[in-house]
Amino acid sequence: MNHNRNNNTKKNLMTGSKIIIESLINEGVDTIFGYPGGAVLNIYDELLNYKDKIKHVLVRHEQGAAHAADGYARASGKVGVVLVTSGPGATNTITGIATANMDSVPMVIITGQVPTNLIGNDAFQEADTVGITRPCTKHNYLVKDIKDLARTIKEAFYIASTGRPGPVLIDIPKDITSSVYEFDYPETVQLHGYNPTYFGHHIQIAKLASEILKAKKPLLYIGGGVISSNASAELFELAELLDLPITSTLMGLGGFPSCHPLFFGMLGMHGTYAANMAISNADFIVAIGARFDDRVTGKVEEFGRNAKFAHIDIDPSSIGKNVKIEIPVVGDVKSVLSSLLEVLNGRNEEISEAKYERLGWLEEINAWKYEHPLTYKMNDVIKPQYVIEKIYELTGGEAIIATEVGQSQMWTAQFYKFKNPRTLLTSGGLGTMGFGFPAAIGAQMAHPDKIVFDIAGDGSIQMNIQELATAVQYNLPVKIAIINNNFLGMIRQWQELFYHKRYSFSEMNVNPDFVKLAEAYGAVGLRAKDPDDVVPVIEKALSIKRPVIMDFIVDREESVYPMVAPGSPITGMLLV
Amino acid sequence: MEKTHILSITVENESGVLTRVAGLFSARGFNIDSICVAKTLEKNESKMIIATSGDAQILEQIVKQLNRLINVIKVQEFTDDDSVLRQTVLVKVNADETTKGDIFRIKEIFNGRIIDVSRNHYTLEVTGSEKKIDSLIDILRPLGIKDIVKTGIIALASAKKII
Repeated sequence: MNHNRNNNTKKNLMTGSKIIIESLINEGVDTIFGYPGGAVLNIYDELLNYKDKIKHVLVRHEQGAAHAADGYARASGKVGVVLVTSGPGATNTITGIATANMDSVPMVIITGQVPTNLIGNDAFQEADTVGITRPCTKHNYLVKDIKDLARTIKEAFYIASTGRPGPVLIDIPKDITSSVYEFDYPETVQLHGYNPTYFGHHIQIAKLASEILKAKKPLLYIGGGVISSNASAELFELAELLDLPITSTLMGLGGFPSCHPLFFGMLGMHGTYAANMAISNADFIVAIGARFDDRVTGKVEEFGRNAKFAHIDIDPSSIGKNVKIEIPVVGDVKSVLSSLLEVLNGRNEEISEAKYERLGWLEEINAWKYEHPLTYKMNDVIKPQYVIEKIYELTGGEAIIATEVGQSQMWTAQFYKFKNPRTLLTSGGLGTMGFGFPAAIGAQMAHPDKIVFDIAGDGSIQMNIQELATAVQYNLPVKIAIINNNFLGMIRQWQELFYHKRYSFSEMNVNPDFVKLAEAYGAVGLRAKDPDDVVPVIEKALSIKRPVIMDFIVDREESVYPMVAPGSPITGMLLV
Repeated sequence: MEKTHILSITVENESGVLTRVAGLFSARGFNIDSICVAKTLEKNESKMIIATSGDAQILEQIVKQLNRLINVIKVQEFTDDDSVLRQTVLVKVNADETTKGDIFRIKEIFNGRIIDVSRNHYTLEVTGSEKKIDSLIDILRPLGIKDIVKTGIIALASAKKII
């Protein structure tokens, strides 16, 4: 950074384009996902001078760029960066931005805009990007003066990555990218209205500690906040210290090892019998970085009906939104859990007494677990659950798994036993079909040496199938497992259960030959039609260091169980 | 229970802030009954006074959501007890020889002013609480109200609250 101002002579003059890229480098960005267009041509021209410092991934559709940056951010914990042009370039990213916003993923999206003198003129490729994205970003900016450019980028990264993370969009008119100004990247930000609370209030934490010790039937209900605040280690320590049983939302999977005896699986609509029964019988539930989504709570009045609630969350607006909370703790999950551990430190007698008192509770939950484990019935066609079990076994639970949305997503959540945080990348909040494959591309960019899967349905994979070209171009060996039932499976399941099997437009009567499609793109295509093919196909895919599509022809009318009908209490489970 | 709430929101004076605040209300189905915005003495700060209705839980959500907005610096809730609430109304009322006297009397009672006069109309300016404004309107209505405009409520913490 240059602070040597020589009285009136300004140093370090740069074009707006160069300021943008230098600012990104200052933020530690080395990978961006984008697609060029008229309004960002200046930035793209400058980008060519930075080829050794910034890898640019050319996607095939701007939506792919947004999901890829999202997957990159989820898998790495860094801020994902998108660069697209004005008008359609920006509007194509909306689904990706909304997806990241719902799941609190840190992203910075740079969109080109028509020159300032044409804004509001219905100019070619003009859209009110800031207006359109206001409700689906954490914050957004239109840069109207080059003087504000560097400061805006600094603020955007700060806002995206702190507090409850989220996407921040910066709309930059073309003339700003070509005008010239002194570059001086600010070291700090000044935002009067933005001051996230990181440290939990000590009185609340003390209260929480004594309630946890006192509870006879405590339960931890963890969510995505555990992962975004990197709190897995603290959570593990807490759970083991006090023998606390854990259930997780979809977004929290990987935050605690799935094979641990204290873990009882996902809760909610497709949660395990044990988890949903535990919620309903617990006397004290600690929600950690979770937000009581309707897919989790079912009929909200019945959720945890015998329990007192504590809630740890960095976002005060999540606390008490759907369920009354006795002990709210506003703060970063990692920091709050560390403080909680400190408070508990040394209280060994109370701890061992508490552990002894709740032995019966753990037995009770374990009984539910053995009474109705996650299961399915094998027959002579491939069962989707079997495919996912085998992917789990053959990757040792160490792969990064992106998912699409629907049945394949739920089976993944149930049958892949996630060990580590940031290994499940899934659109939990918005439920975006087409998310998984580009997200897997982003994750593979962040972790070139890890095995990355996209577990997809035959419907959702076609929503961003064009990114196969991207995977091939950058030689990203993403493995796509298509759970192919020629149906929009979850839609079919709901129509079966709630619409008297009236399968209205949920059947995919025509699908491409996915093997040939892979080959057409220069990837590898494999197919499994018989249960005996499943393991060899996965093994073969794992041995190939190129993008692979595995087309698993599965039982067409298999359903996801357990299932709770929407709006019912979560104890009202339909079982296999 | 549905109740009117007065929120005083200090915001950064940037373009788009009003849309962010208003968008937050509309996206969650909160209704804005009135809104007043003007600059404060601080550079780059404005204050919005918003009257909204809803139950206490909805209000709590509104306040939390407002605090989430990056450009919102401070949110306060005001009630009749701890603040002074005022609004101004301009009423153009029909006036003829038989009613002019009445209008003058009403103006006196309500401590208002006549700020515009034409052959057939008087325009009254009255400032006061919402209740006072409502009763003014009730009283003027039989005379024939030609046009009316209200500023919406503005509010300030009362001195005793500050002490």
